[in-house]
Amino acid sequence: MTARSSYLPEGLPIPVPEADGLSAPHWAGLRQNTLRIQCCKKCSTWQWGPEWICHACHSFEIDWKTVEPSGTIYSWTRVWHPTHTVLNDRGPYIVVVVELPHAGSVRVIGNLLGDAQQPVTIGAKVVGVFEQHDGTEPAYALLHWKVAD
Amino acid sequence: MGERTLRGKTAIAGVGETKYYKHGKSPDPEFKLALMAILSACEDAGINPRDIDGFSSYSNDRNEPPRLAAAFGCRELRFSNMQWGGGGGGGAAAIANAAAAVATGMADCVVAYRSLAQGQFARFGRSAGAKTVTGEMSLSVPYGAMTPAQRYSMKAMRFMHEHGIKQEALRAIALASYHHAQKNPGAVMHGRPLDEAKYDASRWIAEPHHLYDCCQENDGAAAVIVVSAERAKDMRQKPAFLLGAAAGGPYRAAAAAANTPDFGSSHFTTVAPHLYDMAKVTPKDVDVVQCYENFTGGVLMSLVEHGLFKAEEANDVLKLPNLTAETGKLPLNTSGGNLAECYMHGLELHTEAVRQLRGTSFNQVKDAEVALVVAGPMVTPVSTSIYGSEAALG
Ligand SMILES: [Zn+2]
Repeated sequence: MTARSSYLPEGLPIPVPEADGLSAPHWAGLRQNTLRIQCCKKCSTWQWGPEWICHACHSFEIDWKTVEPSGTIYSWTRVWHPTHTVLNDRGPYIVVVVELPHAGSVRVIGNLLGDAQQPVTIGAKVVGVFEQHDGTEPAYALLHWKVAD
Repeated sequence: MGERTLRGKTAIAGVGETKYYKHGKSPDPEFKLALMAILSACEDAGINPRDIDGFSSYSNDRNEPPRLAAAFGCRELRFSNMQWGGGGGGGAAAIANAAAAVATGMADCVVAYRSLAQGQFARFGRSAGAKTVTGEMSLSVPYGAMTPAQRYSMKAMRFMHEHGIKQEALRAIALASYHHAQKNPGAVMHGRPLDEAKYDASRWIAEPHHLYDCCQENDGAAAVIVVSAERAKDMRQKPAFLLGAAAGGPYRAAAAAANTPDFGSSHFTTVAPHLYDMAKVTPKDVDVVQCYENFTGGVLMSLVEHGLFKAEEANDVLKLPNLTAETGKLPLNTSGGNLAECYMHGLELHTEAVRQLRGTSFNQVKDAEVALVVAGPMVTPVSTSIYGSEAALG
């Protein structure tokens, strides 16, 4: 078995910030092995995905806070049918929705590392694993998850 | 100001469909399919296509009203409408928007339509070959959650977890569609029955959805003609009166990256109550249900959120005998639906509801007076509608 350098093969669309730069701090943070999530400076409401305004108080003063990458599995799917050319020979893989208790229980989407056939339990504790893609143009990083020991 | 309602103000007076094809198999281009379906609906209604003065669609249908009106030589164009957002979730809304135009005097004869030729254009269930991704999709696509099957399966998974719902419940929904398609000669899956063993042996697409839990991709077109209730009573066909319609979604339903507060949902929790309020019927009054199967998990949640049964009852209610036109208390997708008749983005569910109220379905439910049609679940905005016979109108 060949060791993979990334969970999913290179060649999937590379995430880049919008032209208006809304999500740029998030992607820059992942490149530095940090998870950065929006938090309102005025009312401290956490917010994800990113938006220009706080949905709770309508302040435009929104901070990007570094969050400990740990949480619980909120939902998941094991994908079997490839829907992109580079996934054709990948075999099944697991997508998880992870709830972040350190960030007001907002959720992020990622992959669950390890055996793709592993049983997945909603509520299981997971910890983040940063995956750097240094060799692509542009370079980028993703945040994956593995079941906590 | 009188009561603000669409109840009983309009009716579907004609329905039309092209032949339905597997995706990419239509010999005709998409615009021609739209023309054919609309002509067929006009013939069914007994009207001159030049009398159409409004067009309404959804899911960014590419076949625009000005071109259609010019092609038919419509005497004038008064209503040109697109339900904004939600893809196939807009099917009931497109018809409701047509009805709103007729009810308020903005137009007299509006056709709601959908045409798809996915050989001519890109397929829905396949990711395009872009090099980069941005915005909401950048938060899921790089993780391999790029298509509706992958993203919406996680909503169904959550709902099934919260309520202890078994795979067999999804299976029954798939079996019902295939069961009904066997009596519908126009169904793409006519002559290709499905049984429990075949379902169980089928491959996973994205858990909890097997191959047979996922909609087909098809080519074809469908159209319905909406006129005032008074006019419909004097026309060729038995009218299907629009009793109620509602569209939209609950609080922050479109929050990105699975942050919809009520994530394990079809998004009908706020919408369905508006529907029943307007229609002045209760779930118990519904005789037959057409419910958009993008994925059977979406049907499961839609039925629950429309109050047809409680989530905790799903494992008992969702059994094939309960869902058939012949024996079911909850006849479901009686033409074969998106799974087994044709994925005409759910507009074919409305034509089937009309047939049920006329008494002309291939899987006729006895004495069907009230028909529920639920458009594509789990998106935002979703939409939903109830039609009734003259007796149901009261
Ligand atoms: Zn705030």
